[in-house]
Amino acid sequence: MGNKILKKSEAFYDVFFRKPGDEKKSTTYCAGCGHGIIHKLIAEAITDLGMTEKTTFVSPVGCSVFAYYYFKTGNVEAAHGRAPAVATAVKRSHPDSYVICYQGDGDLAAIGTAEILHAANRGENITVIFVNNAIYGMTGGQMAPTSLLNQKTATSPFGRDEAEEGYPLRMSEIIATLDAPVLVARTSVHDIKNIMQTRKLIRKALNAQKDKKGFSFIEILSQCPTNWKVKPEDAQEWMEKNMLPYYKREVFKDILDQAAPVPHPKPRKEIAEIVELLALPEFKTRKDNGGETTLKTIRRETKFKIAGFGGQGVLSLGAFLCELAIVNHYHSTWIPSYGPEMRGGTANCSVILSPEEIASPVVQEIDILVAFNHPSLVKFHSNVKEEGLIFYNNSIINDLSEIMPYVRRKKIQLIGVDASNAADSLGDPRMVNVAMLGHMIKVYPYFQLQQADLLLEKKFSTKPRLVELNKQALRRGFEQDEMENIV
Amino acid sequence: MSHVVIKKELCKGCSFCIKACPKSVLSLSSDINNRGFNYAEYAGEGCTGCGFCFYSCPELDAIEVYS
Amino acid sequence: MKSFLKGNEAVVMGSLLAGCQSYYGYPITPASEITHAAANYFPQLSRTFLQAESEVAAINMVYGAAAAGERTMTASSGPGISLMCEGLSYIAACELPCLIVDIMRAGPGLGNIGPEQSDYYQLTKGGGHGNYNTLVLAPNSVQEMLDFAIIGFELADNYRIPVIIAADGVIGQMMEPVTLPDPVKNIPEKEWALTGDKRAEYNLHTSIFLDHDQLEEVNLRLDRKHRQIMANEQLFESYRADDAEIILVGYGIVSRQLKALVNQVRKQGIKAGLIRPITLWPFPSKAFEEIRNYKALRKVIVAEMSNGQLFWDVKAALDNSSLEISLINRMGGNLIEDQDLLKEITNS
Repeated sequence: MGNKILKKSEAFYDVFFRKPGDEKKSTTYCAGCGHGIIHKLIAEAITDLGMTEKTTFVSPVGCSVFAYYYFKTGNVEAAHGRAPAVATAVKRSHPDSYVICYQGDGDLAAIGTAEILHAANRGENITVIFVNNAIYGMTGGQMAPTSLLNQKTATSPFGRDEAEEGYPLRMSEIIATLDAPVLVARTSVHDIKNIMQTRKLIRKALNAQKDKKGFSFIEILSQCPTNWKVKPEDAQEWMEKNMLPYYKREVFKDILDQAAPVPHPKPRKEIAEIVELLALPEFKTRKDNGGETTLKTIRRETKFKIAGFGGQGVLSLGAFLCELAIVNHYHSTWIPSYGPEMRGGTANCSVILSPEEIASPVVQEIDILVAFNHPSLVKFHSNVKEEGLIFYNNSIINDLSEIMPYVRRKKIQLIGVDASNAADSLGDPRMVNVAMLGHMIKVYPYFQLQQADLLLEKKFSTKPRLVELNKQALRRGFEQDEMENIV
Repeated sequence: MSHVVIKKELCKGCSFCIKACPKSVLSLSSDINNRGFNYAEYAGEGCTGCGFCFYSCPELDAIEVYS
Repeated sequence: MKSFLKGNEAVVMGSLLAGCQSYYGYPITPASEITHAAANYFPQLSRTFLQAESEVAAINMVYGAAAAGERTMTASSGPGISLMCEGLSYIAACELPCLIVDIMRAGPGLGNIGPEQSDYYQLTKGGGHGNYNTLVLAPNSVQEMLDFAIIGFELADNYRIPVIIAADGVIGQMMEPVTLPDPVKNIPEKEWALTGDKRAEYNLHTSIFLDHDQLEEVNLRLDRKHRQIMANEQLFESYRADDAEIILVGYGIVSRQLKALVNQVRKQGIKAGLIRPITLWPFPSKAFEEIRNYKALRKVIVAEMSNGQLFWDVKAALDNSSLEISLINRMGGNLIEDQDLLKEITNS
């Protein structure tokens, strides 16, 4: 028989220097507490598996809140219940490191049910050690979600009553129903036989993480003689009598054989490529892209309201108008009406184009209204300024009677554009907004068709068919006879 | 020869090691240590080095087993 | 080279250019486009994007990623920020850097998704439990949404403090041309980070200190840091204020409205000026110390989309002065109307 020494693991600090007081070699745990036993099993496993240096230990709220006094690893202490969320991000920050998420029953099964369930469901490549002693320890013996029926605690002084407090939660069974976890088991540390079984399972779970197999969950039934109000030597019996009948010790799920290692994602782009994609074409001056032009200049702040049904490209027409303005060295702002309305069938946005800095992007008084449907025309026409302009989609707006009194009174110029029909004739009703833009450019030659072409080419660089379609729609609108209703 | 070393000042007297020992060579002292606990003691012989006492001890550094 | 972006997209681009490695978020209007843009760009760059199960989880993921040494961020709106205040307290206590974007909507409760500035108290006075502050930047343009993300990460790392970008719904939702700067280089090493290797063997992030004196020392250390930030990092914009008889005070979208009004009423011969807080915490009290010396100044008008939250900070900063200070505000998702401001200016 070779020499074998069992002593304090190298995964523990030699001296517990963070622990206040003089006793820097002993734990903060009560006599007979299971935490120390479990700590030792974890420490031995990470040492034997060569994981210690690369491990980050996430301590919970509860009696093991100070687990970082002991583990000679990276350490972080999480808010009550949040350890799986913290562990998730630590692991994703350093996918080649190892993360142990250590939680008690109050932490994991009450306040932290959302976090544990979702970390498990995502299959985070971490190891969760769930210490279930059926009671709150650190806060002073209150009822836990895992407390047993009839168990007397500080907050169930007459015993847990299922009619009032429901039933003890079986977390392993719940977690095992999820697809992602690779290892889910319940074990205990109430006697040496079960401690040795727990030892095996902890090693298996950590090994799974080492092999990047995914999420493992080991629930450990543990003793709390202090809050159970029994002597340490009677804790074994208490657990056998109360906990073991309710909490089955078994491996609920083990798909380690089938589980494939989680691969690292590879970058698909450099940031410079994204910046380049977002960049608008550059023109040195407003007339800088060739072609005959008699561009008009925007001399003062001009406020647009563009409105219609969802799906008519109202918001993107506004944005496109702004982009044309930007490449022509104007200032511009765009803001949508956001919220339920934008999902409910109507949409509108406010656009301001200006030679000067723009204050608020919000448009109250409108210079130019672009209305794609009747309700929008009716809704916004009375906000159009005196001698303002209204473009309306006369393919589907036939009845102007409601707006005419105001339009006449305010000497508003009314321009019908056969936009929907132009789009339909191209076989794509979505082109209605671009057809409208084509006509707007004709009536208000601030911009050139060729500039719009360039923007379209950039915007849909991977979809040449769409570029062509847009260009055609633009021209259908542009070439349309002016159908001005000057009233 | 296998033997067990118990650091008496770190022992909290839970007696888990005593229960776990298959050879019954551990017992609780009649003295108390500086922290006020009766502590586990090794009889001095009979240890087989199985390590059960080590694994069942909730303290991190109270028991060492040599085999 | 210009790009045309939404405020909510620009803040993501700024963060990416600042070297932000991870985004943990939960959707909420009017901040959702931040999460959308992050979901689009972060994975393409092999950086982490994760839609958390709640804002509570998201902020704790940010805590984990910050502890691990990443530049990391999240974004939300009032109701979500309320949930994040728990985690924020832990992050501040552990002195971890991160960026949080709040696109403020109207409250209280579920409120509505219109713009407001009513998270001011929550953001500038800590928000969560305990003695801590976070640095709060208030952009008023899409360009600043981008720039402040970059500045925010710098400040967060320098001071090891969470930085919040506080924008109203208008700034988040609007689009404007922006210039994208070059990516930030030379992000400093964090020797305190949980790097998942030998370097981190003695590294710990915790906020529990049972010893009262030890915890007081933690608080005093935070206090010293807060004072240093208050001394060095106050930012504000002063516009045509030196000779003003009336000074308008407002931040975010309101400040743009006020600036236009200053120009408008000056044409009519009314000497108005603007003080725009850019850092909401530290509150730019230096601006108000300064204006106390302005000879012509008679009146200060605070304009905000909240119930006087900024007003009371201005009032405190002008303590003992004889200046008249008034409040013009709207709530519920409504914007302040120019005519209400004009009336207050011309009646002064």
